[in-house]
Amino acid sequence: MVDITPADAIPPAEVAEVELYHPHGWWTKYVFSQDAKVIAIQYSVTATAIGMVALVLSWLMRLQLGFPGTFDFITPEAYYQFITMHGMIMVIYLLTALFLGGFGNYLIPLMVGARDMVFPYVNMLSYWIYLLAVLVLVSSFFAPGGPTGAGWTLYPPQAIMTGTPGGQDWGIILMLVSLILFIIGFTMGGLNYVVTVLQGRTRGMTLMRLPLTVWGIFTATVMALLAFPALFVACVMMLFDRVLGTSFFMPAIVEMGEQLQRGGGSPILFQHLFWFFGHPEVYIVALPAFGIVSDLISTHARKNIFGYRMMVWAIIGIGALSFVVWAHHMYVSGMHPYFGFFFATTTLIIAIPTAIKVYNWVLTLWRGDIHLTIPMLFALAFIVTFVNGGLTGLFLGNVVVDVPLSDTMFVVAHFHMVMGVAPILVIFGAIYHWYPKVTGRMLNETLGQFHFWVTFLGAYLIFFPMHYLGLMGVPRRYNELTDMTVMTESAQHLNSFISIMAFIVGFAQIVFLFNLIWSIRHGREAGGNPWRATTLEWQTPQTPPAHGNFGKDLPIVYRWAYDYSVPGAKEDFIPQNVPGSFGLSKEPA
Amino acid sequence: MAIALVLVLIVVGSVLFHFLSPWWWTPIASNWDYIDNTIIITFWITGVVFAAVVLFMAYCVFRFRHREGNRAAYEPESKRLEWWLTVVTAAGVTALLVPGLFVWSRFINVPSDATEVEVVGQQWQWSYRLPGKDGKLGTSDTRDVTPENPLGVIASDPNGQDDVVVEAADLHLPVGKPVKMLLRSIDVLHDFYVPEFRAKMDMVPGSVTYFWFTPTKTGTFQVLCAELCGQGHPLMRGVVMVDTEQDYLAWLGEQQTFAELSAPQQTGSVDQTPRETTASGSKISARLETVEAR
Amino acid sequence: MSVVLVFLLVIIGFAGWWLSHQRLMAKPWLEQGVIGDVVGMEGSTLPTAKIGLGVFLAVVGCLFALFASAYFMRMALSDWRPLPVPRLLWLNTGVLVLSSIALQCASVAARKGQIGTVRLGLATAGLTALAFLIGQLMAWRELTEDGYLLASNPANSFFYLITGLHGLHILGGLVGLGRTAAHAWNGAPPERLRLSVELCAMYWHFLLFVWLAIFALLSGWAATFIDICRQLLT
Ligand code: HEM
Ligand SMILES: [Cu+2]
Ligand SMILES: [Cu+2]
Repeated sequence: MVDITPADAIPPAEVAEVELYHPHGWWTKYVFSQDAKVIAIQYSVTATAIGMVALVLSWLMRLQLGFPGTFDFITPEAYYQFITMHGMIMVIYLLTALFLGGFGNYLIPLMVGARDMVFPYVNMLSYWIYLLAVLVLVSSFFAPGGPTGAGWTLYPPQAIMTGTPGGQDWGIILMLVSLILFIIGFTMGGLNYVVTVLQGRTRGMTLMRLPLTVWGIFTATVMALLAFPALFVACVMMLFDRVLGTSFFMPAIVEMGEQLQRGGGSPILFQHLFWFFGHPEVYIVALPAFGIVSDLISTHARKNIFGYRMMVWAIIGIGALSFVVWAHHMYVSGMHPYFGFFFATTTLIIAIPTAIKVYNWVLTLWRGDIHLTIPMLFALAFIVTFVNGGLTGLFLGNVVVDVPLSDTMFVVAHFHMVMGVAPILVIFGAIYHWYPKVTGRMLNETLGQFHFWVTFLGAYLIFFPMHYLGLMGVPRRYNELTDMTVMTESAQHLNSFISIMAFIVGFAQIVFLFNLIWSIRHGREAGGNPWRATTLEWQTPQTPPAHGNFGKDLPIVYRWAYDYSVPGAKEDFIPQNVPGSFGLSKEPA
Repeated sequence: MAIALVLVLIVVGSVLFHFLSPWWWTPIASNWDYIDNTIIITFWITGVVFAAVVLFMAYCVFRFRHREGNRAAYEPESKRLEWWLTVVTAAGVTALLVPGLFVWSRFINVPSDATEVEVVGQQWQWSYRLPGKDGKLGTSDTRDVTPENPLGVIASDPNGQDDVVVEAADLHLPVGKPVKMLLRSIDVLHDFYVPEFRAKMDMVPGSVTYFWFTPTKTGTFQVLCAELCGQGHPLMRGVVMVDTEQDYLAWLGEQQTFAELSAPQQTGSVDQTPRETTASGSKISARLETVEAR
Repeated sequence: MSVVLVFLLVIIGFAGWWLSHQRLMAKPWLEQGVIGDVVGMEGSTLPTAKIGLGVFLAVVGCLFALFASAYFMRMALSDWRPLPVPRLLWLNTGVLVLSSIALQCASVAARKGQIGTVRLGLATAGLTALAFLIGQLMAWRELTEDGYLLASNPANSFFYLITGLHGLHILGGLVGLGRTAAHAWNGAPPERLRLSVELCAMYWHFLLFVWLAIFALLSGWAATFIDICRQLLT
């Protein structure tokens, strides 16, 4: 028990010593803005736009898989280009950018009680470099030879060879350049997110009073800062191999009957570098989702998050552990087989803190006062899909079980469930939750219900049966499933069904986009705190928050972020900046 | 409210789908039913956890949904419960891991009586090499690949002379005898995968990887490439026939050895090679075009 | 990947040390009121810019640690032919050390408010850093003339790649140094100048450290050292 300073004896927090940057005109206010909230929206809009491209690509792939031979324009070349761009966009340019660049920028300063990010200028640069990276990526669609078709893992040697679309054209070069730009831009943004959490917290905001959203985004950013360099190194070395003829990854190769002038390199080296980034990347996407969903559940169940401390420790533990599991993506890559023992063990250990998080989410529901709002529905759907995907991860992490399943549709189903659908559902929930803060208006409820049900059930129906295709032995990254003994006729029907569902789910996203735009003007007025939430972003004097976030005085924090339904308090929530003591101040007996 | 019902339906539906749907693994044709058993254990443990969590959630949503005047309980944490859950989870994870690692050590330790068979992948076909009478495979190097020597067998190695070379044709294996598949690629990554055998491993240019298995059923099985290897990847199929001992020997007798294959060409001059190379290059680009045309 | 894992271990150790001072065991629901004032739980008293630079340097360190990891892994393959390290690199190392010393002097002087010394230090640091870069380019020229081309052996490729990236970082540092020099000559407030100079010094020392590590790596001492350690362990 720590001393409680009497509330009225505390002077207001002084204005932070960072000089606030003030915009002077339309351009500096809305375009080259240094305000984290504007940058957040820029990030989100760009990520959504490029995400729509990835969605359309997934339709095209599903057309080919569901109705083989019907669509002539989807050549094998095109299919591999679609796969690659779809995967890369979804993972990096959509999810990473949206969670960290979008939600991170908007929520971190508001939630920790800061006026802005600590290095606003660098923050602005971060967005513009990200945009440049996206443009370079898109330009590869128009380059001679089209975008690369190497698969999102970009494994050499094939990624830079003629047999792969874009391998000896511009495709792969543009992809690598775009990734390098993305990493540079991200590092700029990431520095801001980390240092703002370290240094920008308002008075009273100790680490253990941070909402889990901030914990999730913070830890994910730290991980990203340490993991992205591995991708950077891999990309630069591959660029050298492709453009300057070095042999970092290129062994002696006979291509089209001719000996290439390469030799001695190791494709496995690339895989180590790639997955040293690639596995943490999974958690870079998952941890912000974990954090956000904790806050959604707590707020809409009107109950503190169960086991807050355990949740924080689990986030930290997962973050650290996820740097020593990368080779579980390489069980059948031909690396030394003894690594299998080590990496299977670490991988399954990481399941324990992850499981604890799941338990704590559902235990938060126990004896709660559950408001089945749209954010809550999405949070529940997240738990279902995440548990499902996490459990199939136990198949793939257990080295010997991975042997038959790796590189089959089982893997595709698994990672879509766990890092595709689950985080996206959180993003939707989060948008329904924070949209009123960003725009001042609620999203339309009816359209929201439609969007939720179609997306959740549709996505489950797409990806749950897909596991069984993988179990049958249907490989991934096949644009042609004809003439295959494992591909029975009924399995082909299943594939058509999956494709139809994919279209329906995609359509629901268009309804959602419509809702986003329509509600800016026509949504119900929300007021400052429509969900009656405790965290600081809901306590701003204006909604949407004005430049500088908190008006004249920064808020002072008197309590943790989860004082819901505190015994003895009149309301069922006490905002973090409300002084006074209520409820338990001793260990319950 | 609907959500509680739907959550229950998801559990029931998923379980029914698992047991009733026609989609399940292909009948096994190798000794790796250990792997299948591990998968079954994993299905049971994870299935129970999935059902438990989702049903618990459904119950909570139903029981504690908001009604006028409700107020949530206040319980920040419960150390006992959390530790207890941690221990149970750890036990479950151990129950998965231990059999898994046990089977893995079997998977990577090849029995000493296994015969070696080499598989060579190249865009986009499979070739094979079997040891000849001496029971030993000769060494090989991608740099020695020429049109006459498609597998890059090193001609100066006496062990290699009697090796049986099967270029771009079916592989036959005798039933009931353990084989160690030595995997090699001369261009990009491939992966030798026969769903019925359960085993697979990437083939990495520049090194030799392996796995082993014992075919337990005679029959014809399809080989799929399971590592993206360029636009011909889905067309990179092959055939493995598991024969009785008798049939196998008959087949083996029809195959040519490395020495036989290279004998006539060796009289030709060395500078003939470039022309031949381009010829075979155009053969493959013709293949590429057919790939594109499809 | 062992080098980068060791690097991460250091980072994790540091993070753990920091976290251990953040009362992660506290039960936040039992604490009401402004506890930050009591136990100093808010941000560090170091200037934010320094913390920012520190985090950035951790990222840069991670980058070079990964290169070192890749280097060792690639080195183990059979086609590796180490290249003779040009003598010139010794001179360059000396020049870079001078550069760091000059900035250290500037930073001490800035604390004491001796603007003349600050200017002298900054100018020396800038010129020596430039000299270092030119020296590196000359080393490259020398190697290419001797036939050690970029693509002819992975050892060469790594040499050019890693020294090139290090050089780019120095170049970036020179931009920052240029801005600091502008402060020094335009009479920026002393507080501001002092911070700027200190940031430059921090960056310079770090890049010097990275350079020494790279030098050890490229000249093969690092590998010998690791071999010795390995033998001692087994
Ligand atoms: C309804 C939405 C989606 C559909 C219908 C869909 C469909 C597909 C399809 C058909 C493939 C190719 C499978 C194959 O043949 O191997 C694929 C690959 C992939 N998808 Fe999705 N996807 C969706 C959403 C997402 C999301 C949200 C993510 C974000 C993580 C994602 C990440 C990936 C990745 C990483 C790949 C692998 C690409 C590769 O193999 O190189 N997808 N998706
Ligand atoms: Cu992973
Ligand atoms: Cu292949």
